[in-house]
Parts: sequence; structure tokens; C-alpha cells
Amino acid sequence: MVNKVADEPQLLSKKAGCNSHGQDSSYFLGWEEYEKNPFDAVANPGGIIQMGLAENQLSFDLVEDWLEKNPDALGLRRGGASVFRELALFQDYHGLPAFKNALARFMSEQRGYRVAFDPSNIVLTAGATSANEALMFCLADQGDAFLIPTPYYPGFDRDLKWRTGAEIVPVHCTSANGFRVTRAALDDAYRRAQKRRLRVKGVLITNPSNPLGTAVPRADLDMIVDFVAAKGIHLVSDEIYSGTAFSDSMPFVSVLEVLAARGPRAADYGLDGRVHVVYSLSKDLGLPGFRVGAIYSSNPAVVSAATKMSSFGLVSSQTQFLLAALLGDKDFTRGYLAENKRRLKERRDQLVDGLKAIGIGCLESDAGLFCWVDMSHLMRSRSFEGEMSLWKKVVFDVGLNISPGSSCHCSEPGWFRVCFANMSAKTLDVAMQRLRAFVETSYKGAATIGALRRAAAAPARSMSCPLAMNMKWALRLTPLSADRKAER
Amino acid sequence: MKKGDITRRPSSPSRSGRDGSKERPQRRPDGGMRIVVPLQGVVQGRGGLVLGSLIPCALFYFLQLYIKRNRPPPTPGSPSSAAASSSASTPAGAISTTIQRTLSRGVLSPRGLPALSARGAVARAGDDDSLYYAGLRRCADDPYHPSSNPSGVIQLGLAENHLSLDLVRRWMEEHAGPALTPGGDDEARELTIRGLATYQPYHGILALKMALAEFMRKIMQESVSFDPSQMVITSGATSAMEILSFCVADPGNAFLVPSPYYPGWDRDIKWRTGIELIPVPCRSTDNFNISITALEIAYNQAKKRGVRVRGVLISNPSNPTGSFVPKQTLRDLLQFATEKNIHLISDEVFAGSTFGSDEFVSVAEVVDELEDLDRGRVHIIYGVSKDLSLAGFRVGVIYSYNESIVAAAAKIARFSSVSTPTQHLLVAMLSDQKFISSYLKINRERLQKAYRLLVDALKQVGIECFKSSGGFYCWADMSKFIRSYSEKGERKLWDRLLEEAKLNVTPGSSCHCIEPGWFRCCFTTLSEQDIPVVVERLRRITDGHKSNR
Repeated sequence: MVNKVADEPQLLSKKAGCNSHGQDSSYFLGWEEYEKNPFDAVANPGGIIQMGLAENQLSFDLVEDWLEKNPDALGLRRGGASVFRELALFQDYHGLPAFKNALARFMSEQRGYRVAFDPSNIVLTAGATSANEALMFCLADQGDAFLIPTPYYPGFDRDLKWRTGAEIVPVHCTSANGFRVTRAALDDAYRRAQKRRLRVKGVLITNPSNPLGTAVPRADLDMIVDFVAAKGIHLVSDEIYSGTAFSDSMPFVSVLEVLAARGPRAADYGLDGRVHVVYSLSKDLGLPGFRVGAIYSSNPAVVSAATKMSSFGLVSSQTQFLLAALLGDKDFTRGYLAENKRRLKERRDQLVDGLKAIGIGCLESDAGLFCWVDMSHLMRSRSFEGEMSLWKKVVFDVGLNISPGSSCHCSEPGWFRVCFANMSAKTLDVAMQRLRAFVETSYKGAATIGALRRAAAAPARSMSCPLAMNMKWALRLTPLSADRKAER
Repeated sequence: MKKGDITRRPSSPSRSGRDGSKERPQRRPDGGMRIVVPLQGVVQGRGGLVLGSLIPCALFYFLQLYIKRNRPPPTPGSPSSAAASSSASTPAGAISTTIQRTLSRGVLSPRGLPALSARGAVARAGDDDSLYYAGLRRCADDPYHPSSNPSGVIQLGLAENHLSLDLVRRWMEEHAGPALTPGGDDEARELTIRGLATYQPYHGILALKMALAEFMRKIMQESVSFDPSQMVITSGATSAMEILSFCVADPGNAFLVPSPYYPGWDRDIKWRTGIELIPVPCRSTDNFNISITALEIAYNQAKKRGVRVRGVLISNPSNPTGSFVPKQTLRDLLQFATEKNIHLISDEVFAGSTFGSDEFVSVAEVVDELEDLDRGRVHIIYGVSKDLSLAGFRVGVIYSYNESIVAAAAKIARFSSVSTPTQHLLVAMLSDQKFISSYLKINRERLQKAYRLLVDALKQVGIECFKSSGGFYCWADMSKFIRSYSEKGERKLWDRLLEEAKLNVTPGSSCHCIEPGWFRCCFTTLSEQDIPVVVERLRRITDGHKSNR
């Protein structure tokens, strides 16, 4: 059908033709490998286990139960009467008021009601991806730069830079202090940006951090806020994992709380208008398929510009209506948040304990759907080449798709992001067994690749009932899964 | 010869470079009168004196702008930093003004705090100057309702179809719940929730692409088939258009757009992509048909300005005129695009909302017909907002015959993908063949009826409409009611229509119509009972016009 003759490069725009969408980074290579040979407990027990997908599948049953009890939400009814007429033509980019109110309350609930959200400051977008890009469009011109602490989410290179033409200047963080951001590192990045004659327009942080899985401590937030105040630049805080913070000792603190604590002093510095929060329901509610993201800003100019921009990625009215009902149910959200955190913590512990048993350490995490794992001792050489060759072994031989630190721009080799919430506990066990076999054999230096794979696959085959039950949908889902693209 | 002369004038770089090779100096008998000013040689001819002084000034201005933009930001701790200067002791009232000034200055002067990007600032300034959006806002503030607000503004400017909502609603009532509710047995349950909640391909699930391909085939009278693999699904035709533009053109490039065209394009296409739209005027004497000659002229003019034209953008059925692009014109357009090696983008969002006796021909049909043609330059924009009255669902389609464009657009689609539950709901709806067939048929009949009603009503007050065959609009000629035959006169009439008659219509100038006095009136938001009200209100304007004479 498609004619190759017309495929001359000049017919494409530079943006469409170039590679800055980052599809070539190893993060995405691992994905392609996974798509060729995805693991399935029964149908393909030797396949690659997906540990590069930050998806939360642990609490689906809670959402499902709610849907079953509230058929009106899916049936587009309210109190038994159809609301279709209201929804069919609803394309106001200000969003459905009921949904925005519910979302504002839900965001506030997640922050322990310590901060209040004004629904009129919320801009709805098609996912956090789109929210981040829209903010970049609003705040940065071509050639302007944002400072981002490393390691950072590999997708930022594409999402923030590709169409906007903005630049990212990494703020180097090291394992010496647990990858915390320091003033010196920020100053250093700022100087480097100036040397490159880039205009620094802001700092972007992810809190809780992706890929570290840690909530940013209050003191660090204070320091970052001081920094942006001194430089007169923006601060974007991507808080899409805020509902996953499961630790009691290290609770999640929103940057808005830090601002609120400063009281009128924050307003003096115009900070209110320079701090913007990105949120989404993809991680906290495990609903990435719903494509709901949001920008929260107290800057009317940003809100108005982003609102207009959101016409390029609006959330369907059907979905807004459904989620308005879901998030409006306080009993549900309270129960969900608590139970979801408990399950995440349990699963995280399973991963951390499994790794510890084979001598692999992690950065202590308190949030997120992944751990930041230190495998530097397994590398042949302490370099990024060493990391790459270890990563290839883990993907191709061990059959685990994890994300290498280099794809997150980590400045030290040997770190990997390992996701744990997108699989069953059984699958995680299989992954741990494979890794154990790998570590043991590579220390003995024997065992062929085939033997290793067989050893890892064997326990899965012997497993029976609960996974077998899932087989049919998994099979039916396969063509879809094969098409699913790289995610957080 | 004359044409060649025109071509040369703006492009000849300098006099000295051309002197030897060109015969031009000898052809100017008044050569001795030339004033020797640096740079003046760039522009010869009658406008020389004016341009010769303007261009140096402009260059100097751009130099200043360049220097300002590239000046490094204030050094850390420098006293010029506005944040530092507004000290903690400043009273609250003063603070807010400081912040306000910072925002606007961020754009004008880089020395201030970098607040918003230029793109963000454009959005803030916004489309306030566009009458199209001004009218829509006015209408939103004071909407007409026969009983609760009988003096409100009647909406004739919106592109929505209210005529067949009852059909879609009835389907939703019966099927929306079951289509998404988890099924009985456990396996199906699992499939449903996972299928809905997890990450799905950003460019649309395959089931929806297949259903849409079939639906598009159906509305094009089954004369063409569509391949789901050439499809990218986005959140609405608005973003489909923007994403496609991102793929086929770079900032500073241009599209040729036969005018009058849809007023929303100026914002949707130009804003973030930096693409220029060049209106190519069509005239009422030609029945607003696209003229290849006019395209040719516009193309050459753009080339002379140094602007690279990357494509021709048409809407078919046309928004606002409601006419179809004839098959032969489509062929000519394709030939033109091939000749210039540019793209042809056809916005066919109204393809299923056709009525009357004329036959609609999609560009897809012509592509299929001409085998050896460069198909890779042809792209179609589609969406369900208009044809299924489902604007709220935000589902748009890029259909391209170019593999690379499909691949690139699929990647960009991550910024505007459609919620999965919505996609599944739409799959269920589109798969209900019986419903779709009867919906399309009844909707066409209702469109036809509503169109006739408004056309006849306008005729009663002496307003003639252009013959429309598709879409939601009457393209009405009110030129005899404007006082001065100009854009200003049109604007005055539009003001009166909005303020005195309380009717929001879209003026032709918003659609870049070259002839003043044309207005776009949407008939699908009106009920039959509204028609007499519209007529009565229009009389206020038309009668007043007669008596004033």
C-alpha cells in the first residue's frame, strides 16, 4: 500500500526525520527485545520478564470491585438517568467541573490534606507525558534549558525536548549521598548551562523520584526552592508517584507543602507563580490506559496558556465522567490509597529481600513502582561499557528486561531500575530465581547460556493453578502487549 | 519576460554581483538618478526609496533583538535579579504588581526574569483578536434559551451537530454499560480490566483502527478501502492536524490553504509548530472552487519570499462553504503537489455528514484510482466528532499513505492519546452495523431538512446562501447589508448581528474570505422552533438597513 518512491527525506520535517525521540536508547532496545519474546508462565516460560515497565497492577481488583458496584459510571448514567447528552459534545478544554473538583480533593487527600488544591488551577491533559510537554511549551523557548537531577526518567529526553526544542542540563547526583540533590550540584549545572550559552528557565524534579523510588526529603525541597528563588527561575515538580509513597518513616512531602510552610514569604519572591506540579492517575490509580494527567499551577498565565494547549490532548468526556464518580467516592479513595500502599510495600520487600539473598543491594526506597539496584559488583569493568555488557547479559541470557542506569543518565555505572508492580508475585519469584542462577553461575564462571535459561525456566513450568487460570486472557492480550510501547 | 523581472527583483542579492551577467542596468534609462545608499541596490524599482530605508532599519532591529536574546541570564546573586530586589518588606499590594510585570517582561526583555516562553505568551495574549473566538465567548456568557433566557445570544457559530444526539444516546443507554462492564466469567473479567487500565499503544488500539477503517469505508459509499496499519489515532482531529503538521513541515515552512477556510486552523496549526498558513483566495464567481492557477501564483510568491511551501491543505466537504471538491480538482491538486514535490492534506471530518444529490469523493478514491501516483504525499484527517456527534470523546485519525509519516505520527501520538475505555466503547458502537447504517441514513435526512429550513428562513429576509452539500453550515451572502464593501463593513455588520440581533455567526474574514459580506451560519444547533426567532431577529438588521437607505 505504501509507496516508497515518495519516502524521500525532504518530504518529512526535520523533527519527524530525526532521532531525538530517543527510541534508540537502550531503554527502548530492551523493550524491543521483550516484545519479541514476552514471558508467560505457561505459554512461554523461557521468555523475557518485563521489569522495565512502571505499571501498577497490584490493585486492579479494588478498581474493578468499585466498577461492579457502580455500574452507572460505565453506563454513562447518573442516578439511573443517562447523562450522555451532557457528555457527547463536551469538549470544553477547562474540563468537566465535577471531575476537576474530585481530582483536586483526591490530590489533597494524598498529601494528607496538608495542602488544598484549587480546581481552577488545574489543567487536564492526556497523561503526564502531555502535561510535561505542555509545561515545556509554556515555559521554555527553543534553546532554553531545564536542569534535571540525574538519574532521571529516560522518556524525558523525548517528551521534554523533541517537539519543544528545549534542552536538558543534567544535575549530577552520586551514590555517595544516596543520589540526593545538593546546592553545589545545582550551581555546577547552572554554570555548565551558562557556558553553553543556554538560558536556564527552570529546574524539573520527580518527587518521589523516578528511577530512584525515593521521596525527596523536605530539607532538599527547601534547598531547591531557595535555588529557584535566587535564580528567578521555574520549578516543575513531577509528583505522579505521590500516591505510591508507602513508607511511614519517610513520608512524601509535596513541594506545595514547602511553599505553604513559607507562608507569605513565598509570595514575596513570586514563588507561587513559578512552582508547577505535574500529576497523573497512571501510577497512583494504576490507570495509564485512561490517559489522565494534570498540571497544577498558581500562575494564571501558565494556566491559561496550558489550558489552550490542552486542546491538543484532551481527556475524553466519558473518561472524565467515570473518574469523577470514582474519585468522588471518598470511602473508595481512602481505602484504595491505604491498601495500595500496603501491597506495594509488600512487593517491594519481596524484591529487596530476594536481591539481598543473592548479594545484590538496593538504594533504600520509600515510594514508586521500582527499586534502584546496585549491580556494580557483577560488572567485568567499572565503566559504562561494563554496565552495557552486564545489561545485555541480563536481558538476553537471564531474560529480565531491566533499565540500565546509563539510559537514565546516571553518572555512575552499575545501577539498574527494576520494576516490581507490573507482575504477579509468582513471576517476581521466577525473576529472582533466574537472577540467583545467573549470579551463582557467573561466579563459578561455568554454565552455558542455554543451561542457565533452562534452569530459570524450570520452576515456572512446574507451577500450576493460579497462573494457568490467567492463560486465556494473556494469550488474547498478546498481540496487544506486543504493540505496547515503552513506558515509565 | 515581465514575470521574470518580477522574480528577480527581491531575490537579486546585490548590484555588484549581478552587474556583469545581467542586462538589467542597460534596460534602465534613468540609471543616473540612482541614489547611492548602502543596501539600496537590493531593491530597485519604484519602491526603492522606501524599502531602501526600511530594510536597514529592520536589519538593525533584528540585530538588536538577536543580541538581546543571546545575552546570558543574570549571574547568581546579581542585584538586577528581580526576585532579589522585591524584598520581604514590600507591602502585599506592591508584590502582585511586581509579579505581573515580571510575566509580561519575560517575553519582551530577556533581562527580566524568564517567566513564560514566547509560545506561552502568545497563548496568553490569545486569540482575543479573532472574531470567531470572541463570538463564541460572547455566546457562552449569555446563551439563548426559549424559556429561561429568551433574549440570549443564539449560537450559529459552533460546529456541533445536535440533530441526531437522541440516536446516539439511545444506543449508549442500551450498550455503554455492557460494552465496558466486566463480563460474567473470571477470564473475561480479567481481560476487561487489564485491557482498559494498562498501557495500550499510544496511537490507538488495533480493534479501534479496524472499526474506524470499516466505518470510513462505509461513509465513503464503500468506494475505497482503508488500511488500519496506515492509521494513527489521536485525541481529536485538532491534534491529528497538529501532529501531521509537525511531521510534514518545519518551523517557518508554509502550507497553501484555499480560503475561505476553517478559522480554527490558524491556532491549531500555526501556534506550536511555527508553520505559516498562506490563504489562497477562492471567489464566489468560481463557486469558491479551488483554482490551480491561484495556487501556482501563491506558491511562486512564497518562494520569492524565501518561504518553503510544504503542502496544500484542503477541507472536503469544505468548511465553511459546505461544497465538495470535484473529482477533477482533486486530480489537479495531486498533480500540482507532485509537480512541486509537496504534500496534500485533506481534512474530511464532514465526510459522513453529507446531504443532497451531489456525490462526495474522497481524495482516497483518487489515490486508489491513479496507480502510478506518488501516494506518499497524500494524508487524510478524520474524526468522529462531527459525523457521530461525539466531540466529547476526542477521537481523531491521521490516515497517511506514507510509511515514515505514519511511524513518526505514531510516536508523537504519545502526547495526545485517547483513553482506552473510550476506545473500547467506540469499537462497540462502530461494530454495531445495524445502528451505524440507520444512524448515517437518518442523520443525513435530518441534516438535509435542517439545512433547507435555515436556507429558506434566510431567504425570507433576502439573504441568499451558497449551495451546500455537506457539513453543518450555510454560507450566507449578506454583502448587500454591509454599509462599506470592506472587512470593516463586514465587522460592523457582525457586531450588529451579535449585539442587536443577538445572533453569533462566523464572519467570512475569520475564514480569510477575500470577499466581504459572507457569513458562516451553523444550522445543526438549532431546533425547528428557533427558526422563526432567528428570522425575526434578522429582520431587525435587514429592515433597519432598508429604512436607513
